[in-house]
Amino acid sequence: MIEATQTANPTEVNKITSPDGLKLFRQELQSRHDPNAPVVLVCSGTGCRAAGSAAVVDKFKQVLSGTGWNGKVLPLAKHTGCHGLCSRGPLVVIEPGNLFYQRVTVDDVEDIVNKTLLNNEVIKKLQYKPANSKEVIEKASDIPFYAKQTRLVLKNIGKVDPTDIDDSILRGSYSALAKVLTRMSPQDVINEVANSKLRGRGGAGFPTGLKWESCARQEGIRYVICNADEGDPGAFMDGALLEGDPHSVLEGMAICAYAVGSNRGYMYVRAEYPMAVKTLRIAIPQAEALGLLGENIMGTGFDFKVTISTGAGAFVCGESSALMASLEGKVGRPRPKYIRSVEKGFRDSPSNLNNVETYANIPDIINNGGDWYKSYGTERSSGTKVFALTGNVNNIGLVEVPMGISLMEIVNGIGGGIPNKRKLKGVQTGGPSGGCIPVPHQIPDINVGYGKLAEVGSIMGSGGMIVMDEDTCMVEVARYFVNFLFEESCGQCTPCREGLIRMLEILTRITQGQGREGDVELLEEIGKFTNNFSLCGLGTSAANPVLSTIRYFRKEYDAHIRDKKCPAGVCKPLFHYDIDPETCTGCGLCKSKCPVKAITGEKKKTHVIDQSLCIKCMECYKSCKFRSVKIM
Amino acid sequence: MSGTVCACQENSKEIEIDYGLLDKIIRDDYGGNREAMIMMMQAIQQVYRFLPEAAVEYLSQVIEVPTTKIYEVATFYASFSLEPKGKYILSVCTGTACHLRGSGGLAKHISERLGITPGKTTPDMKLTLETVNCVGACAVAPVVVIDEKCYPKADIAMLNDFMDRLNAE
Repeated sequence: MIEATQTANPTEVNKITSPDGLKLFRQELQSRHDPNAPVVLVCSGTGCRAAGSAAVVDKFKQVLSGTGWNGKVLPLAKHTGCHGLCSRGPLVVIEPGNLFYQRVTVDDVEDIVNKTLLNNEVIKKLQYKPANSKEVIEKASDIPFYAKQTRLVLKNIGKVDPTDIDDSILRGSYSALAKVLTRMSPQDVINEVANSKLRGRGGAGFPTGLKWESCARQEGIRYVICNADEGDPGAFMDGALLEGDPHSVLEGMAICAYAVGSNRGYMYVRAEYPMAVKTLRIAIPQAEALGLLGENIMGTGFDFKVTISTGAGAFVCGESSALMASLEGKVGRPRPKYIRSVEKGFRDSPSNLNNVETYANIPDIINNGGDWYKSYGTERSSGTKVFALTGNVNNIGLVEVPMGISLMEIVNGIGGGIPNKRKLKGVQTGGPSGGCIPVPHQIPDINVGYGKLAEVGSIMGSGGMIVMDEDTCMVEVARYFVNFLFEESCGQCTPCREGLIRMLEILTRITQGQGREGDVELLEEIGKFTNNFSLCGLGTSAANPVLSTIRYFRKEYDAHIRDKKCPAGVCKPLFHYDIDPETCTGCGLCKSKCPVKAITGEKKKTHVIDQSLCIKCMECYKSCKFRSVKIM
Repeated sequence: MSGTVCACQENSKEIEIDYGLLDKIIRDDYGGNREAMIMMMQAIQQVYRFLPEAAVEYLSQVIEVPTTKIYEVATFYASFSLEPKGKYILSVCTGTACHLRGSGGLAKHISERLGITPGKTTPDMKLTLETVNCVGACAVAPVVVIDEKCYPKADIAMLNDFMDRLNAE
């Protein structure tokens, strides 16, 4: 997890002593940098790392060392699913040319060097093909997954080496900080951010400019805190930002500190993200060594010191007041917010807390202006939002889209649709506090924005977006989220603590086939009570998964309770598999897949499942090419 | 907790506590600052793989925080353990994407094969089974983490393989 002594030891560098010095330093980097020099970018995201991308980087360096090739190899925290291709091995992009290779193994490296790098020859077998096409796509930027996105916050991810600050500076990092320190008053900064209409990306969507303004108005020592306790299951935007482009976040925090009059910053990172912590422990000392953070930043007299603090595995610490208690080394229990944390937060002092993505948006807003930012998105929800697109969708990964985009465009256009010929049943947004949106059957489509999502009973949340197909049982999904929240509830207020455990009991009963008439009404009553009377934001949204699934999928609840059936075939006591004699071709695939030998039948004749042996493991259902295995 | 002595206390008596190392963590790395208590506890846990009673008492004395407060923190946050952990720690991700792709079945399979529930350690102290709520590798769900290394698209065969190797050790 954390080693306190593990800090990077940047080589001696000259401090930048004036904002102009940064410009000169950047010019110097540019003069040494040939934009046409070849670069090999090796994805180092979680998936690719697991598949051995580090070894690929080493192999590239080793093979290239003797060839006299004049480019460089960069290990990059790209971190997106990139169509889930990361599951099939490390991704490599070769610049210039944006050539995209997938499933690159150590054994391919020599070929890539000899053919592609030294002789401009493309290696066909490593190229990307879309799911239902044989035509290869050569450039990364032409792959629909990327082409349909608007990458503002993610613009550097996959392009810069997060462990080398020079790379970030080359692409403009800290130029917005230099601009505010020389040409803008704190009030100017606040006005620009307010003008951008940026709203907090952590979930609640509070206008960022307004928050800064209220914090700046306070007296005494002020703190700037970054909430990187990304605890929603199925969400990994903030982790990816910190791992892939830490300097944008740090620069955003420094600009905020200047605006609200603070010189102390805290980065509260979830302990489950060791890579993000490691990256920050390299990035912060590098920025300090250059005089871009720490004391007397760029010689302007402005101080801003950032300290990393790690969480210890408590979802509730994503709530602002709980996070501040945890920063003080205490248990993270939210407090009532009669007094807001911008007035009295960390150490009872005024504290401005924003989410990682919110801060990462700031440098571009300062450089390009609030009007530029507002030109993306909608009137009420400006700019872009990063979503972690996961679940039953072909292309899994981080996607950045303008606010107001159609949800179906995200699922089908960027996500590439639903795999295995299944049908879309709904999309869950906002994590455990969010709701399921029943696209496309009950609601044909919606525009993704704060207001619209609330209208249909969900929330924007921090950006988790989980696609669910027809094989997903909505009652079980509700049970899953309630179980998660029950485990994570801090337990201090009764409605959340007791409401969740009662709802969990009822939902568990229903999924086990012991549902009773009146259970749904009881769930609604408890749910509304929990949402109305809990203390913190997590409690007041805790029943959302239950209430939203009842609202849209009441029929499924009734099927579980009245007919004792799970239509999706998930709740094991409530369904069985049968083979449809009409469509079964007797191919024998299910028979060979069945781990308990419950399927019998002669070749080319209808097969039969022995229900007394079947363990409902789904193997036959998943493997049948003719969809003859039916959920009954 | 009256009467019986719990396993953690028994075990912590057997453990040699290196007070010099504790001093380094508490005083040098974190300057004895109470606000850094959670991180000190993480660093101590990193060394012993759990929080030994003697170390908690020493921490309490140095930073002048009552042991009850330290135990309050230790029991509140999921990442702390008051019981010794096994040689290997296997975490099954139970985040939403992994859940939808069957991680519940993976955890159940290990539980049944090793006879331990999540959070517990095998009697031979070889393996601790844990669940974690999302490690952010949803693209390659379901994910299993063994000693901080992420294994993508985990399945029963891969887990059986790991447990077989464990048995052979």
